[in-house]
Amino acid sequence: MSAIPKDRFYTASHEWIRIDGGKASVGITDHAQHELGDLVFADPAPVGKKLAAGDSVATLESVKAASDAYAPVAGTVSVSNRALYDDPALLNSDPYGQPLVVLDLDAAFDAASAGLLDATAYGALVGGKG
Amino acid sequence: MNAPNPTSEKTLLIFERGAPGRGSSLYPDCDVPDCAVDPVLLRSASPDLAEVSEVEAVRHYTWLSTRNFGVETGFYPLGSCTMKYNPKENEAFARLPGFAGAHPLQDPATAQGCLALMHDLADWLSRLCGMSAFSLQPAAGAHGELTGLMCIRAYHRHRGDAKRIVVLVPDSAHGTNPASAAVAGLEVREVPSGPDGMVDLDALDRLLGDDVAALMLTNPNTLGLFEKNIEAIAQKVHAAGGLLYYDGANANAILMQSRPGDMGFDVVHLNLHKTFATPHGGGGPGAGPVGVSERLVPFLPVPLVMKDAVSGQYLLDADRPLSIGPVRSFYGNFGVLVRAYAYILRNGEEGLAAVSEAAVTNASYLRERLRPAYRIAYDAPSMHEFVITGTPQKEAGCSTLDLAKRLIDYGYHPPTIYFPLVVKEALMVEPTETETRETLDAFADAMLRIAEEARTSPELLHDAPHGTPVSRLDELRAARTPVLRWKRPEG
Repeated sequence: MSAIPKDRFYTASHEWIRIDGGKASVGITDHAQHELGDLVFADPAPVGKKLAAGDSVATLESVKAASDAYAPVAGTVSVSNRALYDDPALLNSDPYGQPLVVLDLDAAFDAASAGLLDATAYGALVGGKG
Repeated sequence: MNAPNPTSEKTLLIFERGAPGRGSSLYPDCDVPDCAVDPVLLRSASPDLAEVSEVEAVRHYTWLSTRNFGVETGFYPLGSCTMKYNPKENEAFARLPGFAGAHPLQDPATAQGCLALMHDLADWLSRLCGMSAFSLQPAAGAHGELTGLMCIRAYHRHRGDAKRIVVLVPDSAHGTNPASAAVAGLEVREVPSGPDGMVDLDALDRLLGDDVAALMLTNPNTLGLFEKNIEAIAQKVHAAGGLLYYDGANANAILMQSRPGDMGFDVVHLNLHKTFATPHGGGGPGAGPVGVSERLVPFLPVPLVMKDAVSGQYLLDADRPLSIGPVRSFYGNFGVLVRAYAYILRNGEEGLAAVSEAAVTNASYLRERLRPAYRIAYDAPSMHEFVITGTPQKEAGCSTLDLAKRLIDYGYHPPTIYFPLVVKEALMVEPTETETRETLDAFADAMLRIAEEARTSPELLHDAPHGTPVSRLDELRAARTPVLRWKRPEG
């Protein structure tokens, strides 16, 4: 298991979000990819799609399950990581280096009001297993 | 001398057999005049067909036919979830000339027997479910879900309440529930399960609102647990203006014991192959009748089979202006309906009660036999099925997939695995009512031996199955880079 990066925030549903000015990268955690197992399909939301907090940012399928990943905050998709569509295994090998999408944020980012966890709190949630 | 590999010959595709120019001449010489065919319709080259002798072709397909595994060749703990055993007498009834020879376009006056059967079957299903009327038209369970949700949507719209577009679905639900809701143009929201595996009532409260069209529920749920708060759930959903949808996938557990209508459900679909022992092989014709409570009757698909009170004649009523319209050509898969009707009449009310009792007893017996070696997920009295979590075995190095593959070596089709999604390393077992104690014991013995093997010789499980023409398949590669079409090797 890789360490939980401290440069970003986390959700209880195992997404990560990294803020860069008015933009946010969103991906799934190492714990999430481990729980899903080997991914066989990933379909990140297309560029231009407006998402409310809680909307799906990608549909993911593994050998075990199909699942959505959700936007932790509201925004518009500015980058859709289509490489994942061609090679979903990238999410297994490099979950923290492969965002699903990049969002242009609707509002100034506020981790507390968005109900997000920092790396320490997320680590406690998943039992220190990243 | 090298030992022959007994499996290689058996795994060849028909295209990999034979030799160029070989074939079997099944057609007589042409004895009618040639006719001119437009050249654009003609092939420029011959199709790349298999070139095998007649006996090669016959052996190939006969061999393949012996590789089928079904409920008629052995026990499979997929249970009614897939299909129950199909009593053979029902086949004879479905082949009666009056049924088998009926044409969907013939005058209803000349098909009174067929219509009477449909009318009586709908009556039976209504009584068994506590519903007001049933449509027999949907062609399968998921089609029934779509039909039921379309009725719900039409009902809300008719009341001028078109903002109700949200369907609530528990996280333990069958995947068809959210899929059907999406196809019906509705939005899906997930209701989390509580620590007991049941619907979390507080979470339900938070999700209910004036945009909720319906809650879809399977009861008993996919963990095999009866939602004991069903009356409170129904009260909450109705108080919020929503309707309650019963996914009948697990109706085998409650036949003649309790009725969805009495629990508060407004719409029910039944899978006749799950509950009433009709065949449903290879994706073949199914039937997913939909029943509704009084207020939804006007929205059912047309036509409905009615009985004229004066003449006693059965007729097809298509003049129902609020109906969502036909959801399938004609009247549904009639041959399947005949078999379900025969099954119901053969059993009667007492027999159907015995079915659900035996289904629950068999599952409970098996659960207790497996308890010494496996961890039961959400350990509570279960109904017709139960769910094991293979997490202890997983920690010891054998996944649920390994356990399932090893079962094949013992001659069993593995049960459902990795579902429901709320259970890690899930393994769902449903024996159904038809299995004998000897069969259940033999299966339990195999499962206990596999648990022992997982401890003592895990590599045996990792490589399983060992006794099949092909061993462990690379499911990951198959899913990531599927080869959907055979290509003749170059040269």
